[in-house]
Order: sequence, then structure tokens, then C-alpha cells
Amino acid sequence: MTEITHHLPDWLIRSYATGSLGHAFSLVVAAHVSQCDDCRARLEAEELAGGVVLESLDAVSASDDLRKRVFDGLDSDPPAAFTAPARSGIYPGAVVEAMGGAEPRWRALGGGIRQAILSEDREGSARLLYIPPGMAVPDHGHNGLELTLVLQGSFSDETGRFGVGDVEVASDDLDHTPVAGMEDVCICLAATDAPLKFKSFLPRLLQPIFRI
Amino acid sequence: MDNRKTSANASDEACEQTEWLVAVRDRRDKAAFARLYDHFVPRLKGMLMRSGMSGAAAEDVVQDVMLTIWHKAHLYDESRARASAWIYRIARNRQIDVIRRRPRPVPDEMIAEAETRESPEADALVGLEQEAAQLRQALETLPEAQREIIERAYVGELTQAEIREATGLALGTIKSRIRLALEKLRHELKDLREE
Repeated sequence: MTEITHHLPDWLIRSYATGSLGHAFSLVVAAHVSQCDDCRARLEAEELAGGVVLESLDAVSASDDLRKRVFDGLDSDPPAAFTAPARSGIYPGAVVEAMGGAEPRWRALGGGIRQAILSEDREGSARLLYIPPGMAVPDHGHNGLELTLVLQGSFSDETGRFGVGDVEVASDDLDHTPVAGMEDVCICLAATDAPLKFKSFLPRLLQPIFRI
Repeated sequence: MDNRKTSANASDEACEQTEWLVAVRDRRDKAAFARLYDHFVPRLKGMLMRSGMSGAAAEDVVQDVMLTIWHKAHLYDESRARASAWIYRIARNRQIDVIRRRPRPVPDEMIAEAETRESPEADALVGLEQEAAQLRQALETLPEAQREIIERAYVGELTQAEIREATGLALGTIKSRIRLALEKLRHELKDLREE
């Protein structure tokens, strides 16, 4: 695997660690950290700080009932807790979980480009994008923030080249045209906190239908 | 009343908490678990309430967190995380699972089972304690307003937009120390696979 050169900014790692990041962006952070030791170390440093703050907090008395419930639970079997699925092929466990443990349900967008929506809520959406070698994703600006993590292949745009494990952080002021590398189909995990504004390719009116 | 402890004492204490957790992991030591309970439960409950949960909801999450600590202690690696950091992560994971009614996306684990893991080097542990002591000292010397905003960020009272704008606490040296521990683990895992 080539070396990862595009990492997550500090504020995103901190927002993830403290629990203030929405689901779509959390998915990108978890997927990037799964393959980037550097950002895993940064996340664990944030958690070390979280632990230091936790220890400094004032105590709030807890009920006797809680104590009983916890100590009664020690000898029981562990509750059937959720276990994160394992990585599958190019997909980190968190992405496998978001796909419901199945293959991506691709929908054609035209020009050979496909997408599979993974999640949508008030705070944003996450999707997989499938871009054939050499294809351009239409020039688009953003209303908000867009994170794009490469899972297979590569893409390049006005800001540089992004290979497997690299994450691009694009805010409102970036108008870019990502082009997939020739070596393979480029598969990306993309998350936004607002709808994208495509300038061409799809009429604006169709955007709600395609949920781009 | 100022009940803030000196850094040296607090560091000894934190070491103690890590020892309790290791005792739970290696010997299923219920007395050590009770000490973890007494130390962390009131603080966890306070943290969860400050990030917006009712007392009853916070206690439900704390119950799950404490049982997760007991049942998943075999996954704890003291060369990479102090007890409080590991518990902080478990609490956040559980809290977000509950609030969003769906599993929080979490990174793939790098797991070396306790049986196969070499005993962690003492300097990795001391290193983490030193980092924590320095961090605590750095927080204590910050201007009050700045210290408060950082505390609020880690407690979970700030939004992502507020964190983006507000908190500038760099954790560079801590990161590189943990990075070394990760590389060592990566190396051990590779050796295991090749055996």
C-alpha cells in the first residue's frame, strides 16, 4: 500500500473523540483511522486527553440500584452486545456495518459512475462512489463540508492526488473536478453535511431524486 | 476549596487505576473492579449528564459501560491507553449508540490477544503517565476561559463547529509516543501471522 499523505484535520479527530461528530463524518473518520496509524495515534492522544478531563470532573452520586445492577451483572453472561463487523476486502468494518453486511447496492448515475447511499440524516449523508478509470466526477462546489476517502484506485483534482487511505477535506470555497486514476476503478467513501451543487452533468432539478 | 491535586500525586493515582484495570483483565479481580467503580462511576455519570442526558439515562449508559469494562477487559492494552482513556472511549461509544439508536462507526481494532501479547515495556507505561501529567499541567496553566472551553469540548458540551473554531490544544508528543506503541504492536502481529 502506498503511503497515506492526506490526513484528517485535528478538529475532526477531536470532534469524533468527544462524540460531537454526526454519523456520516464519523463513518469517514472511523474508516480512515482503520488504515492510518498516524491518525489512530492522534485519536488515542485525544482519548488520553478525554480521560484526563474525565478524572478531573466533580463526582455526581449514583444510585445504590445502579451498583446492584452492575455487580449482579458480573457473573451473568455478557449481554448480546453489538460487535463491529470485520473488514471485508477494501471496506473497513464500519463501512461493512453501514452497508448492512452486504455488497454495495450500486445505482447508475450516468457516464459509468455509480453510487450507493449508506446513510442520511439531518446532519448529512454518506455514500460510496464508483468512478471508472479516467472518468471525471463533474465539477462541483459544496454548500458545506465534503470528506472523500479513497478505498480503491485513486483520483486527482486541482489540489493533488489521492490514493488508497487518503482523505480529501473540501469546504465551500473549493470548486473541484476529481478525475479517477487510470490504474483501477476508483471507489470512494464520501460524506457531506449538505447537498452537493453539481454545475453540469445532472440538472439541479434532478438532484433530490438522485440524492446527490 | 481547591481540591486539585499536584501533578505528581495525580500521576501516581492514575497509575493505580491502570493497575486496577490490569488486575480485572488478568485475574478477574472483583475488588479491583469495585475500586474502578467507585472512582469512575460518579465522574462518568457527571460527564454524561453534562453532555445532555437525564440522570436515569446516564445511569443506564454507565451500567453498560461498567459491564463492558468487565466483559471486554481482555481487549485492554495498557501500553497504548491509560485506564481513563479506554473508559472514556467506551463511554462515548455507548452514549452515541444510545442517542442515535444505531452503532457508532468505530475504527477496526488492532487486536493482540492477552495470551499472545508480550508484556508491555515499562517505559511505554511510564511514558503515557508522563504525557498525562504534562497534559494536566498544561491544562492547569491555561487561562481560565481557555481551560474551560477545552474541558467543555472533552466533556461533550461543544458542537463540531465550536470545536473547529475554538480548541487549539496540540497533542503532538503524545501522538508520537502512542505511534511508537502502535508500530510495536503492528510488528508483533506480523510476527504472529508469520509463525
